[in-house]
Amino acid sequence: MQKRIYGIETEYGIIFTPEGRKTLPVEKAIRFLFEKLITTEHFLNVFLENGARFYQDTGCHPEYATPECASPKQLIIYDQAGERILEDLQQYAEEKIREERIPGKLSIFKNNTDFVGNSYGCHENYLVDRDVDFYYLAEQLIPFLVTRQIYTGAGKVFQTQDGVHYCISQRAQHIYQKISGTTTNDRSIINTRDEPHADREKYRRLHVIVGDSNMSEYTNFIKVGTCSVVLQMIEDNYINKDFTLRNPVKAIKDITYDVTCKRKIRLDNGREYSPIEIQMEYCEMAQKYIEQYPVDDEHKQAVGMWQYVLDCLRDDPNKLDRQVDWVIKRKLIESYIDRHGTSWNDPKVFMMDLQYHDIQRKRSLYHLLERNGAVERLFDDADVEIAKTEPPPDTRARMRGEFIKLARENSIQYDLDWSNIRLGNLLNVRVICNNPFETDTEKVAELVRTIQKTNLRKTSLSKLVIQS
Amino acid sequence: MSKNTQMSNRQPIHGDADPVRVFLAAGSEQKQKQKGGGGADSGESSQGGEKIAKKGETIKEDMDSLLDEIDSVLEENAEEFVKNYVQRGGE
Repeated sequence: MQKRIYGIETEYGIIFTPEGRKTLPVEKAIRFLFEKLITTEHFLNVFLENGARFYQDTGCHPEYATPECASPKQLIIYDQAGERILEDLQQYAEEKIREERIPGKLSIFKNNTDFVGNSYGCHENYLVDRDVDFYYLAEQLIPFLVTRQIYTGAGKVFQTQDGVHYCISQRAQHIYQKISGTTTNDRSIINTRDEPHADREKYRRLHVIVGDSNMSEYTNFIKVGTCSVVLQMIEDNYINKDFTLRNPVKAIKDITYDVTCKRKIRLDNGREYSPIEIQMEYCEMAQKYIEQYPVDDEHKQAVGMWQYVLDCLRDDPNKLDRQVDWVIKRKLIESYIDRHGTSWNDPKVFMMDLQYHDIQRKRSLYHLLERNGAVERLFDDADVEIAKTEPPPDTRARMRGEFIKLARENSIQYDLDWSNIRLGNLLNVRVICNNPFETDTEKVAELVRTIQKTNLRKTSLSKLVIQS
Repeated sequence: MSKNTQMSNRQPIHGDADPVRVFLAAGSEQKQKQKGGGGADSGESSQGGEKIAKKGETIKEDMDSLLDEIDSVLEENAEEFVKNYVQRGGE
C-alpha cells in the first residue's frame, strides 16, 4: 500500500503535587483538564477541531489519539500538536485547581513508566491491506520491531537489586508476548485489535504497542518512517531473508539492557546477530527497495536517516546525542553526574529521567535542550501550531474537523466516533464515512445547511442515515 | 448557488496554500542534509586543529550554561516526587 493512514495514541502520565495540606486525587485532577473543552459529546471523551480524539483512558491517563494522517511526517506533527494542546489544558487546569484553593503542581509526562513497574502505552496504528495475511505480516515485522529500539528507545533509569541501570527502552520490560489480544496485561509486541475504522473488506488495522513515546521529533519520525517502509516491503513480498528470532520476548529485554547495541541475539536458525546487524540487513533491503519500487520522497528520506543512525550506532551510540531520545537523555544525565560529582543512585537522576518528558515546556528538560539548539529539529513550531486547530487536509479527519467547527458555530448537537457523525437534538441523523481517505467537506457543510433549514434543532426528523 | 459561495468562503483553510500541506509537499530534505540527518559532517573534519579545540571549548561552555539552567528547573524535592510518582497501568 503506497497510500496509508497512520495514527498514534499516546497515554500520558499525570500527577498532582500539593503545595499545602490539601491534595487532589488524580481522578479529580484529570477532570480539570477537560473543563476547557466545551462540547455536546460525553465528558472525558471528545474529538477536537484538528480531528484528534482526547479522552481519559484505562488507569486514569489522559490519552490523545492523533487524527488520521496521510504520512509519517504529518503524523509526527499531529502527535506534537497533541503535546501542545495538552500543555494548554494543563496550564488552564492548574489555574482552576488553584482557584479551588488547592495550590499545587499538575505534572503531565509523555513517557511510558513510573519507577515501581507500571506502564502506559504509545500505540502506533497503520492501515494495511486486508489481503495480506496478518500472521505472515506480524512474523515478518517482529524481528524489526524488537531490534528497532536501538534508535527509537526513549531511555530509562531503572533500579534493580544489583544497582541502577540505564535501559534503552521504556516499554521493553513490559512486553510479555509476541502477539496478543490484550493491551493491559500480557502486553505484546503486536496487538491483534482489528478496528480499522474503515471498510473492513478492504482494510485491517496493524496495532503496534511495543514502542516508546518519543520527545525527539527526529526519533519519532524515524520510528514511524522506517516501520512504514518495512510494512510496504512486506506487502510487496520483498523481504527475502528470515530473521525469525528464537525468543523475541527475551531478545527485546536483552537488547534494552545493552547500551552498546552489539550483544548478539539468537535467531531461530541458530545464527546470532546484534540488533545493529539485523537492522542493517533490513535497511540494506530498504535501500534496494526504494530504487526499484515507487516510494515517495519522505520515505526515501526516512531510509537515509535510518542508514545514518545505524552507521553512528556501529561507531559509537554517543554520536546520536542530538537525534535519538535514549542517547540524548543519557548524555544529559552523565553530564549532570559529572558536574555535581554525584552518582546514578541520586534521586535527582531519577527526576531527570522523568522531567525530560514533562509536556510543560518551562519544566521539560527535553524542551530546555531544544530551546538551546542542542537537539535536531525537523519541523517548525508554526506547523505544529497550525496542527492544533486544523485537521490534516488529505484524510477523513478534514471532514470531522470541518464538521466540529460548523456544528459549534451553529450550536448543533453532535456526537462523533472515527467513522460516524451523529447530529440533531436526538442525534438521529447519522453520517457514515467508511473511507478514511475521503475529504469531501462539502458533504458536511451541506448537511449542516440542511439541518439549519429544517430547523432540526427544534423539530426532530425521523431517523436519517447518510452513507458517505 | 449561494450555497456554493458560502462554502467557497471556507475553502482557503484547506486550499493549496495550506501551510501543513505545503510544508509536507516541500519536504525538508535540504534541511535534513544541512542538519546532518543524512550524515553530512564532512566539512568539519577538514577544519584546522585549533578550530576544533576552540569548538570543543564552546561546546563545554554551552554544556555548562545548559547545566545551570537544568539546576534551576529541576524539581527540588526530587526524592519525594519520584517516590510519589506512581501510575496505574494503562493500555
